[in-house]
Amino acid sequence: MLKQIEGSKAIADTVAACRPEVICAYPISPQTHIVEGLSAIVKAGKLAKCEFINVESEFAAMSVAIGASAAGARAYTATASQGLLYMVEAVYNAAGLGLPIVMTVANRAIGGPINIWNDHSDSMSQRDSGWIQMYAETNQEAADLHVQAFAIAERLSLPIMVCMDGFILTHAYEQIDVPEQELVDKYLPTFNPRQILDPADPVSIGAMVGPEAFTEVKYMSHMKNLQALTVIPEESEKFAQVFNRDSGGLVRPYKMQEARNVVIALGSVLGTIKDVVDEMIHDGYSIGVLGLTTFRPFPFEAVREALTAAHNVFIVEKAFQLGVGGIVTENVRSSLRGTATHDQTLIAGLGGRPITKQSLRTYFEAAIDGRVEELTFLDLDKDLAERELLKEKVGL
Amino acid sequence: MTTTPIKFYQVGSFAVGNRLLSEEDRSIQSDPNRTNALTSGHRACQGCGEALGARYALDAAMRACNDQVIAVNATGCLEVFSTPYPESSWRIPWLHSLFGNAPAVATGVAAAMKAKGRTDVRVVGQGGDGATVDIGFGALSGMFERNDDVLYICYDNEAYMNTGVQRSGATPPAARTATTQAVGSAPGNVFGQGKNLPRIAMAHEIPYVATASVADLRDLEAKVTKAMSFRGARYIHVLVPCPLGWGSASCDTIKIARLATQSGLFPVFEAESGEVTSSTPIRKKVDVEEYLKLQLRYAHLFSPTRNDAVINHLQEMADKNIRRYNLLNQSSES
Amino acid sequence: MEKPFAITLSVESSLANHTGSWRVEKPEYVHRMPPCNNACPAGENIQNWLYIAEDGSYENAWHALIQENPFPAIMGRVCYHPCQDVCNRSFLDEAVGINSVERFLGDHAIEKGWKIPAPDVESGFKVLIIGAGPAGLSAAYHLRRLGHDVTVRDATHAPGGMMRYGIPKYRLPREILDAEINRIKEMGIRFEMNTRVDDVHVAMDEGFDAVFLAIGAQLSKRAYIPASEAARIMDAIKVLHDVEEGNQPLLGRKVVVYGGGNTAMDVARTAKRLGAEEAVIVYRRTRDKAPANDLEITEALEEGILVKWLSTVNHVGQHELRIEKMELDEKGFPQPTGEFETLEADSLILALGQEVDFSLLGNSADLDVVDGTMTVDATMMTSHPGIFAGGDMVPADRTVTTGVGHGKKAARNIDAWLRKSTYENTKNTDLVTYEQLNSWYYTDAPHVVRERLEASRRAKDFSEVVKGLDESNALYEARRCMSCGNCFECDNCFGVCPDNAIIKLGPGKGFEINLDYCKGCGICVSECPSSSIVMVADK
Repeated sequence: MLKQIEGSKAIADTVAACRPEVICAYPISPQTHIVEGLSAIVKAGKLAKCEFINVESEFAAMSVAIGASAAGARAYTATASQGLLYMVEAVYNAAGLGLPIVMTVANRAIGGPINIWNDHSDSMSQRDSGWIQMYAETNQEAADLHVQAFAIAERLSLPIMVCMDGFILTHAYEQIDVPEQELVDKYLPTFNPRQILDPADPVSIGAMVGPEAFTEVKYMSHMKNLQALTVIPEESEKFAQVFNRDSGGLVRPYKMQEARNVVIALGSVLGTIKDVVDEMIHDGYSIGVLGLTTFRPFPFEAVREALTAAHNVFIVEKAFQLGVGGIVTENVRSSLRGTATHDQTLIAGLGGRPITKQSLRTYFEAAIDGRVEELTFLDLDKDLAERELLKEKVGL
Repeated sequence: MTTTPIKFYQVGSFAVGNRLLSEEDRSIQSDPNRTNALTSGHRACQGCGEALGARYALDAAMRACNDQVIAVNATGCLEVFSTPYPESSWRIPWLHSLFGNAPAVATGVAAAMKAKGRTDVRVVGQGGDGATVDIGFGALSGMFERNDDVLYICYDNEAYMNTGVQRSGATPPAARTATTQAVGSAPGNVFGQGKNLPRIAMAHEIPYVATASVADLRDLEAKVTKAMSFRGARYIHVLVPCPLGWGSASCDTIKIARLATQSGLFPVFEAESGEVTSSTPIRKKVDVEEYLKLQLRYAHLFSPTRNDAVINHLQEMADKNIRRYNLLNQSSES
Repeated sequence: MEKPFAITLSVESSLANHTGSWRVEKPEYVHRMPPCNNACPAGENIQNWLYIAEDGSYENAWHALIQENPFPAIMGRVCYHPCQDVCNRSFLDEAVGINSVERFLGDHAIEKGWKIPAPDVESGFKVLIIGAGPAGLSAAYHLRRLGHDVTVRDATHAPGGMMRYGIPKYRLPREILDAEINRIKEMGIRFEMNTRVDDVHVAMDEGFDAVFLAIGAQLSKRAYIPASEAARIMDAIKVLHDVEEGNQPLLGRKVVVYGGGNTAMDVARTAKRLGAEEAVIVYRRTRDKAPANDLEITEALEEGILVKWLSTVNHVGQHELRIEKMELDEKGFPQPTGEFETLEADSLILALGQEVDFSLLGNSADLDVVDGTMTVDATMMTSHPGIFAGGDMVPADRTVTTGVGHGKKAARNIDAWLRKSTYENTKNTDLVTYEQLNSWYYTDAPHVVRERLEASRRAKDFSEVVKGLDESNALYEARRCMSCGNCFECDNCFGVCPDNAIIKLGPGKGFEINLDYCKGCGICVSECPSSSIVMVADK
């Protein structure tokens, strides 16, 4: 049933419908509304058999989730930005221990300088952590991905970050079909943990592993991560059968049939991009869009297949590797190895800078004409930056 | 006193067991069928106080709740020597996550148990002094403040032993460590306020706080048993000498712990809801010197020249504890 | 449960890791020599029977005790308990009242009628014991337990020797003496009383395979003391013997006893009980140099016996005697001072020591006698094969307990000699000192003082002066034993091992080291209260 609802509230309701048993909360914008919503639900007694723990830090939040998950409870938390970084040690640990924790990352920039607005620097920094990462384009998709996330995580015994753009999605009020309890129950099996702390059948979880087996452990983690590339589409399909709508999966092609130029992006910016692409197609350009729903593990095959006809790809990224360039770009480039397809990177929306249709169109047109550099920062005040750089005598 | 004095003159109340005692009066460790939560084959150094303390405490915890115990361990010696792949020495469900998060992980386990309606399963968090008073301090304080149903046990060997004996917030003044060498005008660790975690725990007004040592098994067992009778956050701080880090003979581990308590340097007491309810009286008072002399980490206080100023300073600390916790002149012998 | 590779491990899988390989030294349980056992003239395993008694297993304790000494009730009264003088507990609080527990066990056995077990097999050997005193009875008892056919001959009409004819009733009630001797009789030992053996060789030729001589030292030593004709001078041994036989000696109102040994004390205290108004002991040296046991001196003094220390008897008259004051020279020997004093005295009893009356042996001149005592070798055998000797007639302390010890030692050697083997005493010589104990584990517990008859009453009759312990006191006292050098199952080793490398075998069975896991840290050794674990090199 469609409801006019804030994104965060929709996520809170959705997560509650997934019947988590332990929820850990530490406030950080723009994630706060989600856990506030869940707190209210638990406090009101609407979610039986769920412990809501107000922790003293994100590090503790992830740690509590680790403990809960290892003890066989469905565990959930949400964070963003600095919070994600503060819990990094535990983030890696959760993946290493293979604990199917679901965490919402309400994407936000990382300081310094401190910045509370949206970009993807936070979750992108955790791309090697061993967590599955899925990015929502809309609040509907964000809600749907959370339901799928529990299923995927628990099937694989791997943790998942569901990434949704801070403010842009979390604080947006729109029409959302919040997954109904009945359907969630139909879709999502009860949590059957791979391993559990149980006095009746004790095990020692979290051994120290030395050089003699560490490589094998990591190789196995890698292979298990890759299994997500099979499981995610399966769950997307299963979800569609139950909910009768299409969401999730690895990649989402848009108007790509025989397009010479393909824009690749993830998250909510895909909406703006699609509008621009629609207009450009209308104006005669051969252009399409490839949305990346799953970023970790990276769906190399799916991307390569989708781009068979593409001559140029323009990768729009809300984060980048300082001193290197695009993050997604590198992964796309790996997918395209051996092909003649060119790639160009557009870094956009850093720290919440608006990504306008006009700016995007200008860039795409220039890119199609071969008039852009390999790495472009959208709407960059280059004069200002160069002036300041000179003051700092950088480059002398 | 938490222990009921048993006048058994031959071995007093202080030996592990006594064939003359009725079964129920014997210590848990004297039971041939004790659970051995931490069993043989672990890789702790010879004479490790922590290995001993952990078995004492967890066996007692298990006895107190029908073996329904899950342990969460911080990184450190105890974790490393008990679970190097491919061998674990634990006989209970056990989880190690990180150095600084054991209290929070324990909270998570306890929350899971509560959510599942398994409140019969009790959670014990444990770690060394580094994990407890330093890196995991925030998590511990959070666990205390929320009054989560976790018994946290700190095995205090007064430095970071696993990494090679560096100073921790629990390292005592004047002690030599790898980062507080016995050189310069004030050799060894500085004289500071110290991080007195039992008192900090008390400040949270949690239901139960106690100190204990491996030198008094019955006291330790009684305290763990008592701790398990409470719900909510509980804290036990156990002094566990480290032959490697303290530069003591492996056979002297218990003796040194005993001297720590009998000198007053390590006061043994318990507190409920923030107030001291009892202390274990000193039976045979010794000067701190007797304790210090057995440990190479204090060797610079005696050689090449005797440093009376520092020794006296340490004695004053002990004397202060004796006054503060009324460790002498209590009426009855334990 | 499916376990993720390496990260999750099976419980107790570390048992595969045998940390015993780290070890360079290993602990070993030992039985060391407790000072009490070492000091016991009868060679009792005191620590062992105290240990057994501690849980109330009195019968077992008694049986363990009589392995070495058949007279616990007697010992508990007359033994001067050198064991207690060396007890390590005295460094902690006070020595364990071993003697009182021994007496309790002995009395308890009499009360319960516990019997000495019969020998497993009869050896077919016949042994003659000459003398039914402590040494002879002890030898008879031990030989009988070893299966030999034993005959005891004694010139007196009741067995016991000095226990009967030298020790007054107030120290050793005769029903106790009789009870313990009767128990020995019941073992099937032939007693031939009122039978004097004039010739050992002739006696042996009656068909005995070996002989044990234990005729004691019955002859009072004489000293030349100028005396008037009317002076009444008697010897202590005869006085005590007469009292035992019911022949009350005529001692008069005031009695002086000359000597500083136990016999002097006994006879003075006896005189008092016989009605003497005053009994005075004259001794040439000081109290601390007197050979009498200090407890006997104390009891004598409590009963109003006067003692003239540093005095010799110079002349004896009919109703008085003159004593000379002495002083000790640099070497501690008494020297005359020329100062005299007169004491009222109706009689003088000499208690100057005893000698062996070799005339009792008649024609036994081939046996070596040196300085008034019979020479024996380490096996208690005299210069004649098959003839052994012990007790007061051989060089040793002349106490009941020593005699009992001789009897045991001789019996074991006679047994070996008869079987043409040698007796090996596997006595452990590794003596435990107090410093070697971990006294932390012993709670302070002062020992139970045995009740004594009040002095005013006891000097009037022959009631037993020192009372026994009741069961609770005896148990308390037994449990004060620190079990020096021997495991008493306190479980400390089992508890303090950081590696769980001690195996508890169950009640009475002690412990074993699991060398698969023992890292050799030595905590079990340090924390063993009784020093019964030692570290030894490990290959």
